[in-house]
Amino acid sequence: MGNKGRKTIIVCQGTGCVSSGATPTYKALEEGIRKAGLTDIQMKLTGCHGFCQRGPIVIIEPDGVFYSGVQEKNCEEIVESHLKNGQPVEGLFYKDPATGQPIATYGEIPFYANQERIVLARCGHINPEVIEDSIDSGIYRAAPRVFWEMPPAAVIEEIKKAGLRGRGGAGFPTGVKWGFCANVEADQKYIICNADEGDPGAFMDRSILEATPHQVLEGMIIAGYAIGATKGYIYARAEYPLAIKRLGIAIEQAREKGFLGRRVFGSEFDFDITIFQGAGAFVCGEETALIGSIEGGRGMPRTRPPFPAVKGLWGRPTVINNVKTLATVPEIINRGAEWFAGIGTEKSPGTAVFALTGKVANCGLIEVPMGTPLRKIIFDIGGGIVDGGRFKAVQTGGPSGGCLPEEFLDTPVDFENLAKAGSIMGSGGMVVMDESTCMVDLARYFLDFTQKESCGKCVPCRMGTKHMLEILEDICEGRGEPDDLSKLMELADAIKEGSLCGLGQTAPNPVITTMKYFRHEYEAHVHEKRCPALKCKAMLQYHVNQDACKLCGTCKKNCPADAIRGDKKKKIPFEIDVDKCIRCGMCHTVCPVGAVVKTSPGIVNDHEEAAEAAN
Amino acid sequence: MEEQLSAIFARFRGTAGEVIPLLQKTQEELGFLPEEAMRRIGDFAGVPFSKVYGVATFYTMFRFTPVGKYHVCVCRGTACHVRGADQILEHVERELGISENETTGDGEFSLETVACIGCCALAPCITVNSDVHGRLTSKKASQVLKKARGAALKEEEDGK
Ligand SMILES: Cc1cc2nc3c(=O)[nH]c(=O)nc-3n(C[C@H](O)[C@H](O)[C@H](O)COP(=O)(O)O)c2cc1C
Ligand code: FES
Repeated sequence: MGNKGRKTIIVCQGTGCVSSGATPTYKALEEGIRKAGLTDIQMKLTGCHGFCQRGPIVIIEPDGVFYSGVQEKNCEEIVESHLKNGQPVEGLFYKDPATGQPIATYGEIPFYANQERIVLARCGHINPEVIEDSIDSGIYRAAPRVFWEMPPAAVIEEIKKAGLRGRGGAGFPTGVKWGFCANVEADQKYIICNADEGDPGAFMDRSILEATPHQVLEGMIIAGYAIGATKGYIYARAEYPLAIKRLGIAIEQAREKGFLGRRVFGSEFDFDITIFQGAGAFVCGEETALIGSIEGGRGMPRTRPPFPAVKGLWGRPTVINNVKTLATVPEIINRGAEWFAGIGTEKSPGTAVFALTGKVANCGLIEVPMGTPLRKIIFDIGGGIVDGGRFKAVQTGGPSGGCLPEEFLDTPVDFENLAKAGSIMGSGGMVVMDESTCMVDLARYFLDFTQKESCGKCVPCRMGTKHMLEILEDICEGRGEPDDLSKLMELADAIKEGSLCGLGQTAPNPVITTMKYFRHEYEAHVHEKRCPALKCKAMLQYHVNQDACKLCGTCKKNCPADAIRGDKKKKIPFEIDVDKCIRCGMCHTVCPVGAVVKTSPGIVNDHEEAAEAAN
Repeated sequence: MEEQLSAIFARFRGTAGEVIPLLQKTQEELGFLPEEAMRRIGDFAGVPFSKVYGVATFYTMFRFTPVGKYHVCVCRGTACHVRGADQILEHVERELGISENETTGDGEFSLETVACIGCCALAPCITVNSDVHGRLTSKKASQVLKKARGAALKEEEDGK
């Protein structure tokens, strides 16, 4: 891209980098270049690079030099040293957390080197708001080919042959779904892109929409052509204003170019896309609820069959696909079904995109071939656990998924293996946990979420999740009874069996897997009233380790409950009044020498507080 | 309100399928959804008020009371949860002297929690109006609020 030798400065404008200060960084670089009188340098805004944690990210092409954490104040040095004098600024290189060695180019950084990017290939390399950039990078090459060279049935056949499975969670074969819909006669059909991304703690779809919106649009155009739909909807999460804005711009530009609207690409085929903004309901990610929501009602799931492919939006045949599924489609057309089928595993071809988060050193957006072992994802790409902590569990599939312990680290990640282990592939959320995460509290957290998000239509889900939540709350607050554990399992079975939609059917998964793999934690809570992870407040105590205390008084000054006695000047030792203590953890966080110790009676352990240690 | 509603309605056809976008635009314009506005939307879209209300209460984004000038949302997503979001929430509650879903007496701050901001790699996160603040600690959260408060004071002074 661009003429050789001419430098392009790429500044990420993804949500993560913007919140880390990428906008002032961009302005400062622009200003610096102008002041230095450098004319042969192009500035480029892009979407997410994936390495959000190290933002703001600046890349200098064609050298591929990768700068992380570039603040306004660093820009002058980049301009002076790198752009003017050709001396890259080593101080801003990414440093390998293990060796401390600076690494100059992104191709050499393990976070990127261990990935295989198909869906994300262009993320962070093109300007999402300039359609020419997308076209130059190869987007909109597949759609015209399809119109001129492939009848709809051939497109469906190609997708079937590629073995593409839906990336929204369930992994249903995309070609088969399209085939169902194509075979139904109707005056109108619809293709819907599911961009509701309900899993709290995941941002794959958001980043793709923000970084390469045209790739998703092209996927929709091809899908529409294949099934005979002339109208498309993108159901986007309301919390994603930037993604919605960029999609809107992209649709406008595509219309101007004749890629959307009447007779797209000069063919006989009409196709247009409307954005529908969600309004904040997790269940609306479920396809039938999503349809109900576009129709203007409460987003409540309907019984299937009839499946949407036969009777969907406004009663018409409708295909619903996830953002990543649709973004993969053009690449399959471009490079062929065999190529795609050759990546990943036999039953799960292609790549998997994950939002890698939690207690892992390198948080961000990643893409790996299906079948990559969890260990490679978490340790090679993710850089292991933050601050030398110990891996405890990994959660995939969000509120519908499960938590897997260490023994599964060598499990290849694909639809089948994760399901066998009791979790699900889900849409791509992957939250890594270390020993400071309490598994009972985590189960409670997810049940709290699903219970609130249950639409209330069916009783097992509405009442069952509430009942499970109450039991889990009791356990976390030290009121657990010995038979609670068997009650939880009974309820879990009943909810799984009796619920109408996937929300209820999968809601017990976090409880089931944590009970299966971390039963000792439940038992410690119930029988010994202690929380081994030192997380459940009701079971915690704080005290000052007098040997370590330097009598600085910071704890007392910051205690919001006035629960700390002691005096700096008079050298009276600091002590925490357990009756007054509200266990907010403030003293533990602010103590500069780590002298405030957190315990759960029965054990003494000066476990580091997580949020603080992460910084 | 009447004028604002008319301006919004002018951009729609008035069908049942438009109830959600109508509610969204109205909330964007008015900051919340007064009962009267929902009645008018019902009349316009040809849908009974009860149904409009049913839709509005189903979705978490809709509000029936005004929010503060600084709308603080604490993320409670999984990534934020395992990085200490509950401690941040408690801290913000203490700092502002209000609980979740409340507004301070002076109308400056309101506090809500959200499922996920989509900035999970920088957990724990909060938003103040449309700005995302990541990698928070209690201390950093205090600074963010202080800055907003400072901006509020400055605006007041400038106004005078
Ligand atoms: C409670 C619930 C929430 C869901 N949330 C999403 C979501 O946020 N995004 C998504 O693509 N699919 C979600 N799904 C799956 C959809 O129902 C549907 O299977 C998917 O969008 C189909 O697309 P695919 O075949 O490309 O995977 C959800 C399902 C359930 C039961
Ligand atoms: S979990 Fe908090 S931003 Fe996603």
